[in-house]
Amino acid sequence: MTALTEPPKESFRLSMLIYDTRYRSMTIQVVALIGFMLVAAWLINNTIVNLNALGKPVEFGFFTEPASYDINQKLIEYDNQDSHMRASFVGLLNTLLVAVLGCATATIVGVLVGVLRLSSNWLVSRIMAVYVEMFRNVPVLLWIVLAMAILIESLPRPSAFRGDEPDATMKVFDSVALTNRGVYIPEPLFTRSLGNIHLFGDSALRFDISIDLIVFLLILGGSIYAARRITAWANATQERTGERPRIWHINLAVLFLPTIALLAALGFHLGYPSLQGFNFQGGIHMRNSLIALWLALSLYTAAFIAEIVRGGILAISGGQTEAAAALGLRPRRITSLVVLPQALRVIIPPLISHYLNLTKNSSLAIAVGYMDITGTLGGITMNQTGRELECVLLLMLVYLTISLIISAVMNVYNNRVKLVER
Amino acid sequence: MSSTHGDTVRYVRDTMLPEQEPPVTSTGIIGWGRENLFRGPFNTVVTIVSLLFIYYVLAGVLPWVFQSVWFADSLGECREIATATWGESHGHACWAVIRERWLQLLFGFYPSELYWRPILAFVLLLVALAPVLFPWAPNKLLWVSAAYPFLMPWLMWGGTIWSPLLVAVGFAILILGTRYLSEMVGSLGAVILATLAAVVWWLFLVGPISSALSGALPIGLEAMESRDFGGFMLSILIGVVAIGCSLPIGIVLALGRQSDLLIVKSICVGFIEFIRGVPLITLLFVASTLLNIFMPPGTDFDIILRVMIMVTLFASAYMAEVIRGGLAALPKGQYEGADSLGLDYWQAQRLIIMPQALKISIPGIVSTFIGVFKDTTLVSIIGLLDPIGLTNAIRADAAWNGIYWELFAFIALLFFIFCFGMSRYSMYLERRLKTDHS
Repeated sequence: MTALTEPPKESFRLSMLIYDTRYRSMTIQVVALIGFMLVAAWLINNTIVNLNALGKPVEFGFFTEPASYDINQKLIEYDNQDSHMRASFVGLLNTLLVAVLGCATATIVGVLVGVLRLSSNWLVSRIMAVYVEMFRNVPVLLWIVLAMAILIESLPRPSAFRGDEPDATMKVFDSVALTNRGVYIPEPLFTRSLGNIHLFGDSALRFDISIDLIVFLLILGGSIYAARRITAWANATQERTGERPRIWHINLAVLFLPTIALLAALGFHLGYPSLQGFNFQGGIHMRNSLIALWLALSLYTAAFIAEIVRGGILAISGGQTEAAAALGLRPRRITSLVVLPQALRVIIPPLISHYLNLTKNSSLAIAVGYMDITGTLGGITMNQTGRELECVLLLMLVYLTISLIISAVMNVYNNRVKLVER
Repeated sequence: MSSTHGDTVRYVRDTMLPEQEPPVTSTGIIGWGRENLFRGPFNTVVTIVSLLFIYYVLAGVLPWVFQSVWFADSLGECREIATATWGESHGHACWAVIRERWLQLLFGFYPSELYWRPILAFVLLLVALAPVLFPWAPNKLLWVSAAYPFLMPWLMWGGTIWSPLLVAVGFAILILGTRYLSEMVGSLGAVILATLAAVVWWLFLVGPISSALSGALPIGLEAMESRDFGGFMLSILIGVVAIGCSLPIGIVLALGRQSDLLIVKSICVGFIEFIRGVPLITLLFVASTLLNIFMPPGTDFDIILRVMIMVTLFASAYMAEVIRGGLAALPKGQYEGADSLGLDYWQAQRLIIMPQALKISIPGIVSTFIGVFKDTTLVSIIGLLDPIGLTNAIRADAAWNGIYWELFAFIALLFFIFCFGMSRYSMYLERRLKTDHS
């Protein structure tokens, strides 16, 4: 006789979908999915009906047609017979340009201000607090238009540089001209240039890379690698013998001699801007819109970065510093070995998210007429072709891609520095 | 012992000496200065450089601010007066433009005889917020808070009073329905039925009933067009609506992102990451050009409403991340404790999790508020007349052509007051709600 009785076979009832926790989550998810798909389908259907009524179904053919507008600040060659795609690419590069410039400046200023805000000098810390609060509490768009107004209104016109006794003079050994049409700085030139590499043939994404630059970067990278190897060798020798070989002069030579030799071999010289006719010629011309955007974005973001840096340093308790000092470390090594590695773990993630904010805020370029991706693809191209849906979708896709790349970098970093808890 | 000691030592003090005053150089203002400004030569140099910097800035700004022209009808007249008074027209502010246009900067093109409506709406906003903001506010004010979402649009846009009233009745149907139907059809059925009834009410009944009632009893305010809205009124309006709506949406999104249900979770993650990945300006482009295309053919709703929808979506994604941070920071024991008390999911959220998580996220929530309020200036790019948009309109007037600094300074000052005030308030709130003893 078997002692086991089969449990009564429970038949599935419809009400179990709601009242049985085993099935309920399934029910909720299916309902949510159906609801989501219904809403999406409703929106898409509306869009198709509306667009058909307007007589412009979704298509991206306009993208290869000539853009027929000019872009004044560009990193790659472009003229108004190039396609809209080319124009958008120019805009994308401009976005990246101002983002990179802005992030670099914002980091430098922000770290400086953040450290100075902790200064024991009352006056300095107050000045920095005023700076931070002033920039954080006023919209960035206002800073951008204000910077633009300052540049246009307060800088001299190019004609003021003319004559024997000009009203304005060029700065930094006659090499930089600050005018209300933009800033002119010297450009690097090579008399024995190695030429350019053409990438992507004749397509809209074509661009040139200077071989000089590549060679320069390669040699610089090699020198830095060699210098690091020498330092490592010196460290090893010190570990083994207790005496540190003198290497700073070797390092200096390794770092600078090859690059200087290369520049000399290529015939490096600077091309200075000079006044010709009504305007400056030669040199690199950075338009006011770029400068204004760069200044405003970096100063605005620097205020936030300063707070992050301050918070990060404060988060490392005084006990850590004291313990390091008790171990006999000197102040510099306390900073580099104890405080910084721990503070950076706190600082870096919000720092990167502010880089992301800066990149997204660079879309405000449209307010001062800097032709970034929003100004080209989301501005003139959209207005000329009337393809709002396609342009806005592409624009969002571009920004989303940039954001996701930055987030991915952040995640990799976070995983590397994550505290390993037992 | 003491006698021998007494032989060798002639005098032993047996009372305490009174405490001496600390040296003059280490107390008061001198001591403070030595401690904070002149400690060591390097510090002294830094102090002097800072003083020079402050002098340089103030010497540039103060004359501009205070040697200024308040009474003039145009920029040209301002410059004439400045030249007549101080000999040169540069370096003197022309505050006359603010004196003439400050009402426009505050209210846009809202008719001046109706200014009482936005002002009343703003005052009522403070009253409605009082129970949330200050612990000493009487609880009865919560009724004002509940009525405010219906009162505010009526005050701002005007029109018949019946529409907001009937919309409010819809919410009453929703709440009463869930409460009283649950005895008959169970709680879940009650929620579904009440929601259905409310949606039917809003979609099909509010319109006809409201027009019938306003035909019979025309009580209402003069209707306003959205294009008359502008200035700080517009910024505050968009900001308040976006902030008010984004908090509940953000909570739902954060819960969705934290949940175990894969599909719900992926929808929430997708929404949040998408919104956070694109700049607000692209969402405003959607509001200005695309939102009408997404709606059923023939829909044409107001640009300000469209902007509010997009800014709300934008704010809710950020709010969701802030609240998710608060949820993640709660110790696991709180969730387990709620479970062991036998609370179901919503009870646990309402009674245990959310009060604590929201408290942790207050600084983040307030900084999202500040961010959204500052971001409302972006609407000037799609052609709405917020303060920055209005500066262009004012400059288009021949009398004020070429005026920048005074307008920007005024706008920056107002934004600064609002945002700085909010951040200070959040610090106060953090201290007030702090319950641990560290």
